[in-house]
Amino acid sequence: MTTIEVIRSGLLTTVQDRGRPGLAHLGVPPSGAADPDAYELGNRLVGNPSGVAALEATLDGPVLRFDRPTIVALTGATEPRVRTVEVLEVGRCVGGARTYVAVRGGIDVEPTLGSRSTDLLTGLGPLPLRTGDLLRIGVAAGFEPGLPGTVPAVGASLEPVLRVRLGPRDDWFTPRALEALVSTSWRVSSSSNRVGIRLEGQPLERARHDELLSEGLVTGALQVPASGQPILLLQDHPTTGGYPVIAVVLADDLPLAGQLAPSMRVRFAIDG
Amino acid sequence: MSYEIRPAGDRGSLIEVPDNATAVRLARQLRAERPDLVDIVVGHTTVLVTWAAEPADLGELVLMPEPEPAGRRVEIPVAYDGPDLEEVARLTGLSQEEVVARHTGAEHVAAFLGFQPGFAYLIGGDELLRVPRREEPRTQVPGGTVAIAGPYSGVYPRDSPGGWRLLGSTATAMFDPAREPPALLAPGDRVRFVAA
Repeated sequence: MTTIEVIRSGLLTTVQDRGRPGLAHLGVPPSGAADPDAYELGNRLVGNPSGVAALEATLDGPVLRFDRPTIVALTGATEPRVRTVEVLEVGRCVGGARTYVAVRGGIDVEPTLGSRSTDLLTGLGPLPLRTGDLLRIGVAAGFEPGLPGTVPAVGASLEPVLRVRLGPRDDWFTPRALEALVSTSWRVSSSSNRVGIRLEGQPLERARHDELLSEGLVTGALQVPASGQPILLLQDHPTTGGYPVIAVVLADDLPLAGQLAPSMRVRFAIDG
Repeated sequence: MSYEIRPAGDRGSLIEVPDNATAVRLARQLRAERPDLVDIVVGHTTVLVTWAAEPADLGELVLMPEPEPAGRRVEIPVAYDGPDLEEVARLTGLSQEEVVARHTGAEHVAAFLGFQPGFAYLIGGDELLRVPRREEPRTQVPGGTVAIAGPYSGVYPRDSPGGWRLLGSTATAMFDPAREPPALLAPGDRVRFVAA
């Protein structure tokens, strides 16, 4: 059995797969890779079936030692590539917040509620990687890995535009707030994480000041607390909440949202 | 019956209903009838539904009559020795014994889940026990703590930060991933706290 030794954990490295959709009624967040496209590409490149667990490195990646030469792919906030390695230094993220390390055979940790994902909000799933940890690698499936080499990088934009659909609570905000949402740019705060990306900019003014009764939340929701500074909810978001959601990022743009790194700027455009 | 349906992105809709009991019934019905939906999440007076790819046409939502509430009855034994019992007594003008008597005397209903896996927001508690949240949330509330805030009672499933007023503790597991279903309470369940 192949194992990985964590020589250096990096800033925050977690195990991620497709998460735990369908359990929100139990209070279980969706979890799963914050950039689902990069995560799935990694699995394809190493010949894994879709949905196999990979590592998600945040901002500054881990150093890993494999006990035999192993096929890995790096995707996300890096130049996508496939390599056969014994020691892998993932390095710093470039042009985004998260790099995925897909390993042929996948990361073999015990699943919780059908997923191997670490959920930072609730503590479900494995703990984030610590220096000295040993991880098992699963049995490789019969797919052929992609050819070693590089894959054309997806052009990372310094100021991505995320498409949103207004609502469900856009009527809780003033026309000026709706205008500010799409006409100004937002700075990603350093206190962002997999629960949510805190955005800084012109405070979004509310038209209603009563308290919203708690309601279900989706990934990509732009939730606006009393400060008026929106929080873009990522995969580890709580399943219900009492702050009004002014708009929701379209599903196809969630991978871009998952790559927003501190001090980057982002814009929103209404679509649909 | 037609309910207001609000968009929640391109993969979700938020259905507004008149009250929590309707939300619970509608969610149950959708769960039985609509396997195409990914998540069906009861809120206080809403039901959020999501889907994977193709937009779900919710059509006209017709609530089937239900002979009686289908919620289960659950008893939760509590040791009323929480650190905020005295303060709750002071805030409500009741004696500590009366706080306990009113908390155990009410039939609570699980309105919706959230905050943590298995954390049910219980409504229907005694009106006199309405106390505000603490101004400063505690950074760590032990799992199993029974607490109140505003119109709600609840039991912290695991150690977590929390701003509610802590009345006591229970050994009952609110959430266990190895159990089926993992959450002890579902929306609509009726809960009594019993002084242990």
